[in-house]
Amino acid sequence: MYQLSGVVKEYRTGHRTVTALGGMDLVIGDGEWLAVQGPTGGGKSTLLQLLGGLDRPTSGTVEFGHQDLGRMRESAVTRVRAQSIGFIFQSFNLIPTLSAAENVETALVPLGVRAAERRARAERMLATLGLGDRLRHVPSELSGGQQQRVAIARALVKEPAVLLADEPTGNLDEGTRDEIIALLERLWLDRGLTMVLVTHDSAIAARAERTGLLRDGLLTMGQTAQQPPG
Amino acid sequence: MTTAGRALASMGPMFFSYLWRELSRRKRQAVFIALGLALGVGLVITVTAAADGVRNSQATVLHALYGVGTDLTVTQPPSQGSGGPIPFGFRQEIKRARNGEIAAGTKISINDLVNNQYSALTASSLAAVARQRDVTAAAGALTLSDDTVTGTIPSVSLGAGGGSISSDFTTASFTVAGVDLASRSLGPLSSARITGGHLLTAADANANDALVDSGYAAQHKLSAGGHIDVGGTSFTITGIVSVPQGGNPPNVYIPLARAQAIGKTGQAALAGKVNTIYVSAASAADIPAVQREISAALPKATVTDSSNLASEVTGSLASASSLASNLGSWLSVAVLAAAFGLACLLTLTAVARRVREFGTLKALGWRNRRIIGQVMGESLVIGILGGVAGAVLGYAGAAVVDAVAPRLSATVPASTAAAPGTLSARAQSLVKALSAAPHTVTVTLSAPVTVRLILLAVALALAGGLLAGGFGGWRAARLRPAAALARVD
Repeated sequence: MYQLSGVVKEYRTGHRTVTALGGMDLVIGDGEWLAVQGPTGGGKSTLLQLLGGLDRPTSGTVEFGHQDLGRMRESAVTRVRAQSIGFIFQSFNLIPTLSAAENVETALVPLGVRAAERRARAERMLATLGLGDRLRHVPSELSGGQQQRVAIARALVKEPAVLLADEPTGNLDEGTRDEIIALLERLWLDRGLTMVLVTHDSAIAARAERTGLLRDGLLTMGQTAQQPPG
Repeated sequence: MTTAGRALASMGPMFFSYLWRELSRRKRQAVFIALGLALGVGLVITVTAAADGVRNSQATVLHALYGVGTDLTVTQPPSQGSGGPIPFGFRQEIKRARNGEIAAGTKISINDLVNNQYSALTASSLAAVARQRDVTAAAGALTLSDDTVTGTIPSVSLGAGGGSISSDFTTASFTVAGVDLASRSLGPLSSARITGGHLLTAADANANDALVDSGYAAQHKLSAGGHIDVGGTSFTITGIVSVPQGGNPPNVYIPLARAQAIGKTGQAALAGKVNTIYVSAASAADIPAVQREISAALPKATVTDSSNLASEVTGSLASASSLASNLGSWLSVAVLAAAFGLACLLTLTAVARRVREFGTLKALGWRNRRIIGQVMGESLVIGILGGVAGAVLGYAGAAVVDAVAPRLSATVPASTAAAPGTLSARAQSLVKALSAAPHTVTVTLSAPVTVRLILLAVALALAGGLLAGGFGGWRAARLRPAAALARVD
C-alpha cells in the first residue's frame, strides 16, 4: 500500500531548521495495522500527514499504490484523500454546526454522491456504529465516545483503503477508549482496512499487527502482534 | 458557473444547512456585518436620491429659465453708452429740465419698450449661427423691458455736477419677449403652457396680439380678451400662459416683428434685430462644438449653455448641489469603503477561527473551490441581508427627505449692471429700480428612489459580500491542511 523511501521532513522556524523525519524507509502492506508510538515531537503526526497527503516530504518519496504523493499535483492528492484515505483525529474535528449525519455526509460530498444517497449511507454507517438514534444531534449534544464514533463513521463511510488515526483515544476515558479500540479492531478485521494508528498508549499499540517506535525522526520497527484479516 | 454556484450544485441542501447554521452560530457578527453594509448602502441610496432630486430641481429651474429644447443661447453684452435701463425718453426729459427747457412742475409720462439688457444682433448674426454645422435650429428673440416713468419736473435747478431731484417719479416696468412664432419650440415660449385663451400662431406674426404670463395676469387682473399697453401700443391678450415651477418668465409675449417695430435701443430702432438667439444642437455631445463654432463666428457674443447657467445659479440649490456631489458622494464612498473593509476584516477573523474546520474538510478531500464557495456563499447571504436592509434604510432616508421637503432657492444673477453715469443718488435709485433684478426661484427638494437605484444599491451590497467572501475564501484556500491541523493538535 505504502512505500516510503528516504523520507526527510524538515520545518523551518525562523533561522532554525527542525528535522521531524530524518530519512525514513517504511513499507506498509495492504490490510496491515501499524501502530506507531513515540514521545511528543518525535515525528508521529508528521508521518501521518505525509501518509495522508496532507503535507509533502522535504526529500524522499511517499508512494501510495504506485503514485508518489509528494510529487502529485495538489488536486490529484486531494482526490486521493477524498477517495482512499480516512482520517480520525484526537479531538474528533467534527463540524460543530452540523448534525452527526451531516458530519458523516461531509466525507461523501467531494465524491459527488447525490444528496439522498449520501444521507442514506451516512445513516447506515452511524447505525452500524450504534448511533442510529443520534443522527440529528450536533457534536455538542454527544459524549466524547459518541463524537469519536461519528468521526470514525465519517472516516469509513466512503469505504477507504486506508484509515489513518492520530491518537484516536487521546481525549477519551478508559472505558470509552477500550470501546473505540475494540470498534477499530473489529472494523480492521471486517473490512480489510490498512490502518496506521499513532498513539502514546502501549495497551492500544499492543493490539496492532505491527508496531513502530518513532523517536527523533527515526523509526524502529517492533514485533508483529496479531495476524492481518482475511 | 461561479465557485459558490458549483459548491451549491454539488452539495445541494447541505450547502444551505451548513451555511445557515454557520451564520446562526455567529449571528451577532453576521448581523454586525450586514448592518455595516446596510448603513453604507442606505447612505448611498439616500445621498444618490437626494442628488437626483437636486439635479431634477436644477433641471426644473434651468428649463424654466432657459426654455425646454434650447441647448445654447447667444447674447452680446450691451456696448458702452448704449443707454442702460433708463428709458431714453426720460433721459431726454431730464436733460431738457437741466437745460431749463422744461419748467419746474411740468408733468411728464414716458413709456418706452427698451432693449437694455443686451446688444442688438443683426439678422446676419442669426443666419451665421443657424449655418453652423451642428446647429439643428436657431431662433431669434427680443428680451425687452416696457418702462413707464410718470412724475413732475422738480422745482430746484440741477447743476452739472449733480444735486438732487426733489420730485418723486413713479416707475412701472414689465418684461416683454418678442418671440419668433415660426419657431415656437425654441425660446421663451417653448416651456409655456396655455391656461386660458389660445397661443399665438405664425399667422399672428404681425398682429398686435399678446400672451400674458399667468402670474403677471393674476397680479394685474388681466385675462384673455383684454388689452395691455406695450411701448405705447395696445395689444389684445389672446391667451394666458404659465411656465414650469421655478421660472422667471417674461410678463408679456408679443410677436417678434411687433417687438422689432416698437422696441428701441436708446434712439436706435430694432427693426430686423434680435438680442437673444436660442440654439438647438444636434445632440448633447455636440453642445461644446456648437459653442466653439458660434464663438468663432461671433467673437463678441456670449454663448451660454445650461451648464454655464447652472454655474451661475447661486443660493441653497447650488449649495445643495455642491453638497450632494461633493460631501454626499464622498461620505457615501467612505461609509461604503468602511463597511466593505469591516466585512472583509470580520470575515477573515471568522475564517481564522475556523482553521481547524477547513483543515478537516481538506483532509476529507474537499477542494479549495468548494471551501471558497462555502465561505463566499455565507458572505453573499450577509450581503443580500445587508442589501435588503440597506434598501429599506435608504428608502426611509429618502422618505425623510421627501417628508421634510426642504425648499431650495436658486438665484440667477442680473445680466445687466446699471451704469447711470453722472446721475444723482436719487436718480441712481431710479436706475436700480428699473434695472434687471436677479432672478430668485424656489423649488422643493424631493429624493426620488428609482428601481435602478435600488438595484445599484443591492448590487453594491452583494459586491461587498462577495468581496469579503472572496478574501475569506482565498485565506481559507491558502491554508495548508497539515498546518491547519497542526495548529489545532
